[in-house]
Amino acid sequence: MIGKLILQDGSEFEGQSFGYEQPRSGELVFSTGMVGYPESLTDPSYEGQILVLTYPIIGSYGVPEKKFWESDRIHVSGLIVSEYVDTPSHFQSKMTLSEWLKNEKIPALVIKDTRYLTQKLRDGGAQLAKIVFQKDPSTSLRTGFDDPNKKNLVDMVSTKKIVIESREQKFLFPTKTIILIDCGVKKNIIRSLLSRGVKVITVPWDYDIFSLKEKIDGVLVSNGPGDPKMCDATIQTVKKVMGKKIPLLGICLGNQILALASGGDTYKMKFGHRGQNQPVQMVRTKKCFLTTQNHGFAIGKIPAGFKPWFVNANDDTNEGIKHVQLPFMSVQFHPEACPGPTDTGWIFDEFLKKI
Amino acid sequence: MKKILILGSGALKIGQAGEFDYSGSQAIKAFREEGIKTVLINPNIATIQTSKELADKVYFLPVTSEFVERIIEKEKPDAIALSFGGQTALNCGLELYKKGILKKYNVQVLGTPVPAIDLTEDREKFANHLHKINVSTPKSFAVGSVENGLKKAKEIGYPVMIRAGFSLGGQKSGVVYDEKEFIALATEAFAFSPQILVEKYLKHFKEIEYEVVRDKYDNCVTVCNMENFDPLGIHTGESIVVAPSQTLTNFEYHRLRELSIKIVRSLGIVGECNVQFALNPHPKSQIINYKSQINNKSKILDTKNSDLVGACDLEFSAFPLEYYVIEVNARLSRSSALASKATGYPLAYVAAKLILGKSLIEIKNQVTQTTQSFFEPALDYIVVKIPRWDMDKFKGTSEKIGSSMKSVGEVMAIGRTFEEAIQKGVRMLDIGAQGVTDTSTSFSVNFTEEEILAKIKQANSKRIFFITKALKLGITVEKIYELSGIDPWFLNRLKTIVDAERDLTDVRTGLDLSLRRLKQLGFSDKKIGQLTGKKELEIRELRIKNKIIPSVFQIDTLAGEFLAKTNYLYTTYNGNHHDVKPIGEKSVMVLGSGPYRIGSSVEFDWTCVNTALKLKKYGKKSIIINCNPETVSTDYDISDRLYFEEISFERVADIYDFEKSSSVIVSVGGQTPNNIAKKIDQYGMKILGTGAVDIDRAEDRKKFSQLLDDLEIKQPVWNSFSEMDVALKFAHLVGYPILVRPSYVLSGAAMNLCYNPIELKHFIEKATNINKKHPVTISKYMVNAREVEFDGVAEKGQVKVFAISNHIEHAGVHSGDATIVYPAERVRFFSGERMIEIARELSKSLNISGPFNIQFMVKDNEVYVIEMNLRASRTFPFISKVTGVNFAEVIVDSFFGKACDYKIKYPNYVAVKAPQFSFARMEGADPALGVEMGSTGEVACFGDTAEEAYLKSLLSTGVSLKNKSALVTIGGEEFKLRFAESIWRLKNLGFVLYATKKTHLFLKTKGVMTKLVHKLHEKASPTVMDLIEKRKVSLVINLSEYDQEGSFKKEITDGYLIRRTAIDNNIPLFTDLNSARFFVNALDRYKVKDLKIKSWDEYL
Repeated sequence: MIGKLILQDGSEFEGQSFGYEQPRSGELVFSTGMVGYPESLTDPSYEGQILVLTYPIIGSYGVPEKKFWESDRIHVSGLIVSEYVDTPSHFQSKMTLSEWLKNEKIPALVIKDTRYLTQKLRDGGAQLAKIVFQKDPSTSLRTGFDDPNKKNLVDMVSTKKIVIESREQKFLFPTKTIILIDCGVKKNIIRSLLSRGVKVITVPWDYDIFSLKEKIDGVLVSNGPGDPKMCDATIQTVKKVMGKKIPLLGICLGNQILALASGGDTYKMKFGHRGQNQPVQMVRTKKCFLTTQNHGFAIGKIPAGFKPWFVNANDDTNEGIKHVQLPFMSVQFHPEACPGPTDTGWIFDEFLKKI
Repeated sequence: MKKILILGSGALKIGQAGEFDYSGSQAIKAFREEGIKTVLINPNIATIQTSKELADKVYFLPVTSEFVERIIEKEKPDAIALSFGGQTALNCGLELYKKGILKKYNVQVLGTPVPAIDLTEDREKFANHLHKINVSTPKSFAVGSVENGLKKAKEIGYPVMIRAGFSLGGQKSGVVYDEKEFIALATEAFAFSPQILVEKYLKHFKEIEYEVVRDKYDNCVTVCNMENFDPLGIHTGESIVVAPSQTLTNFEYHRLRELSIKIVRSLGIVGECNVQFALNPHPKSQIINYKSQINNKSKILDTKNSDLVGACDLEFSAFPLEYYVIEVNARLSRSSALASKATGYPLAYVAAKLILGKSLIEIKNQVTQTTQSFFEPALDYIVVKIPRWDMDKFKGTSEKIGSSMKSVGEVMAIGRTFEEAIQKGVRMLDIGAQGVTDTSTSFSVNFTEEEILAKIKQANSKRIFFITKALKLGITVEKIYELSGIDPWFLNRLKTIVDAERDLTDVRTGLDLSLRRLKQLGFSDKKIGQLTGKKELEIRELRIKNKIIPSVFQIDTLAGEFLAKTNYLYTTYNGNHHDVKPIGEKSVMVLGSGPYRIGSSVEFDWTCVNTALKLKKYGKKSIIINCNPETVSTDYDISDRLYFEEISFERVADIYDFEKSSSVIVSVGGQTPNNIAKKIDQYGMKILGTGAVDIDRAEDRKKFSQLLDDLEIKQPVWNSFSEMDVALKFAHLVGYPILVRPSYVLSGAAMNLCYNPIELKHFIEKATNINKKHPVTISKYMVNAREVEFDGVAEKGQVKVFAISNHIEHAGVHSGDATIVYPAERVRFFSGERMIEIARELSKSLNISGPFNIQFMVKDNEVYVIEMNLRASRTFPFISKVTGVNFAEVIVDSFFGKACDYKIKYPNYVAVKAPQFSFARMEGADPALGVEMGSTGEVACFGDTAEEAYLKSLLSTGVSLKNKSALVTIGGEEFKLRFAESIWRLKNLGFVLYATKKTHLFLKTKGVMTKLVHKLHEKASPTVMDLIEKRKVSLVINLSEYDQEGSFKKEITDGYLIRRTAIDNNIPLFTDLNSARFFVNALDRYKVKDLKIKSWDEYL
């Protein structure tokens, strides 16, 4: 079956389908990571987006079992690759990428010139797009362009219940409790915390964490999709947390929320940072780290009382802020990696030192 | 810091080739940019790094501690760079350090500290170091004797792996399956190394490599990771390699990345480092030892305060992973050159800046010009490297490949599917194959299924073709995996190609529809033509009509995320747009030489680079096409545009059509571009310089012979034959020995000397099998004739510049294997004048514009023409550097009608070029010289006399004169008489001489006493083998009269055994009378300490 990718500017690209054949729309974005498609597809930050992978050969190692994913389902609205491999080879593979996409009802197309799509997005900025199929061109063409950024994506991906997790052994940080505000958290953030011996309580994005009958040692605001300004409830919570001087770590969307909660500002970038080779430099040092990133918004105005912590070594955009005195910090990149380089796992240690 | 001494890698040899010209050249540029003076020691005269435009001072001298010390004494450098000249430079540097020489002269070692380098070179210490930082290595023991080795092998359990320490390219390493095999290999390994390693053999593990750079601020990135197509056990230089890895998950990729960085940090590397891993494709679930993790963790946390590095290990412990570190190279390596070309990240350049103390973030990304060097390139293509072997050139060696290197070069292909890249790569090898499914070349045609499976199990240089053959026969991917250990992912890709081909041959219709898909899978027009019974040009027409043309894409290091200004390009059918606009009329295409191989090597890269650079002078934009990652011509800053592509008619035409270039240069890249000149011309592309018709008149032996006759120029009697009887009659008429070869020849391929009708018959049968379409040529072979090289450049038929040099060896030794002297001392005035006259006449008749080379033979004062090539020859860089006239630049001038007339005056120095052989790598190959070329590289040194220059050259090729003892075996009365004086001289020099019976008795009559040793069949001791194997001699001189032993006899002769044993025991060997005499004369005149330390500019 041949499908079509239609962009808001009217351009169309045909491609062989290898996913579920049902029209979907979303914001078209690209990622330059060369490994980790199962992790990317299940990253809730991609909610509402059609993902173009610039690495051309995809599907090579199949799909592992659920416990290795970054959330319980695929979050992208659609997938575009240059070459799909239907004969995966890996001992952990449980199914092919195509089978997975079909199970999860996600459309996917093989469009040879993904480099052209990338350049188009790079030059013209991210734009809305839809994937349609020939089966019923009239209905699929009628499908409009959904702008995911107008929806409350965080509400769609955040947990609906409160989850308490901890490892039995409590060695270095006995019985410390971290509240994780889930704006679309990647599982590896939870794994990263648990492995460091703390108890993690995951709560919905708009939950009043002070209604919990727990001593709160620290709060982590997770990554998540879309515009941070949609997360007013979280912003309010973060303000309260800071008022109580509870140690706070923001990751990705959490970084932007922290900025907004403390009087800073955010803006939508032209095409964002999505990849696994984003270099960040620690401000006023020669230390650099390679990071995974996946964001379309960034901090513009640094809030009062905070100083820039990291900047992007390629385009000088802000990559993290830290309070001058108080234990509040946040990073725009993903210290939990998955996919991507593990250079910045120490951010979790830095945070936990404050509790 | 004002002055840096850089050690080069010397001659190209197996395991250490052109990649170090690339890395050295980049380092010199990087240092110069910082205003630092550079002094380079490298006897490899054909390299680009030894150019006036690069290093401030060049010494064409051996890279040994003795010579380097004297240069340090003279030049007084502030620092020394050891990491750009391969293992040779590193070993020399370690020796200088250990002898305290660097300390004595207060020379700082740049980059990685010497103790760290030393640690990586000693396998046992290194393994201990890795265990300390919780990194696994395979169970392994270092032993100092065969006996101890046997014990350890038993402990580990067979099969085990043997590795020799301190050796380049894994020489004398391999898998052994029992005690007997163990003893054989271990004994050989100890000849090269005082210590060997006995290791667990990790069957069918994946082999993965990372290239890491680190600056002195502890910032680290892995520039590239690579996955070997062949499983562990095949040396990475012998394996097909892809970048990036294809079958690794995010966890595996990043866990190994993290480990690479951890190792590099633990060693304190500054600059570049390569880490190789073995990875189990089917690991067992690991039992998590929680306690030890906590220990780990507390360590990490402790370091956090002072140093914010290191990721938490714990996260992934639940994921099964079984890996071992196989090797770490604390220097630029073959893999780094490949990684550099594969990603566009200039590793050597960056490494050079880092060792000067810069941080990664301070170094601009040379490709994008907008970002910096602290990043890891994101590829949006796949790169496939394939080794090029030349096993056919060596009599007696096998096609088997394993853990030691045998390949002589490599190609790199870029595509957006594995299928596209591997098929390109196979064509780039220039072995006649049109793709991975090609069975038209002589192999794998008549094999039974059983034989094919055997060839898949035992890795060999043609395995990939056997795999596709097996797939065609319906053998399953699972079965092939089981036999070969090649990951099913790769096998499935090959199957896609095989299936596509089968579908096409089955149906034959619908070509229009499937054409695009076939091109996306890397099929050439020619191959599609063969499959459908059409001509290559018909397919070309059909696809252009259907708008199926390749896209031109950039290698931009960031997968399109940033706009890049790069000129580094490739073509693909998996795309629909072009990244760049055509240059048009102003552009000139320069075709490179393709993979390095015997007969075509760095010398053609030199000419190609110099030509491209000179085009600027005429306002032209250069477009280089080449596919060899070991070259400088494929560097980002040499040409205006670089296409990392096939040098095939199809691709050249594609690029020509796209760029709308004004013209193509085919004469500076050796024989590969020359071979497609005719087709290029017929397609209507303009060839710069000598026309295609005239090229053909020189290449086609029949036409050329006719031309010589017309001009009354003498040539050895010859004729061509397609029938055996006629050939035999002719041979009888002119008299044996005779020289036999097919019509188009490169570096003596399928050429042979025959001494009698039996040999002739045997050879013709073999040669005609090789090439049925072309008849064989037989020419009279002249005994004891001199051979002379005539290199020149002409413009519109007028010779503008020329140089004459002569061979030391008599005609019959391939010119690539000959020792060459400039100026041609032994050419008499009369003969010299006649050669110049002949060159003038031929240039005029062939209307030459551009380079040419004539090989002359002089016998009894008569001058004969053996061969003429209308392209730059192997000797161009040598001649250019010893005369001071850059012949490559004159070539370009001649193309534009601006060449001056050069008068080169007779010099007051002499330069000698000597061959470098790699016979030790070619198990079983007979190291005797002959009409087939066997050398892999060359060196050249200057001297006040030819003897001084020759001795320096020999020392540069690894000859060492530590003990004064020699074995002499001389066949035939004539040789004995002619060599007697030299033996007498050796004796006077204090040599202890050993001789075989006849030689011993002969010398006795001349009053020279020698110790008698016995040939094997004499069944008395001591035998020659004992003598060599116990290394009682430091020199073996084995002169056989015209190889009367016969080249086709099956039995192993004494001469062969002596030669081979000498090579296997790393003892210098002379098999040619003239070069042996020359050598003795040189020894007689000079002691090593008498050899002058003079830089290039002090001679010229």
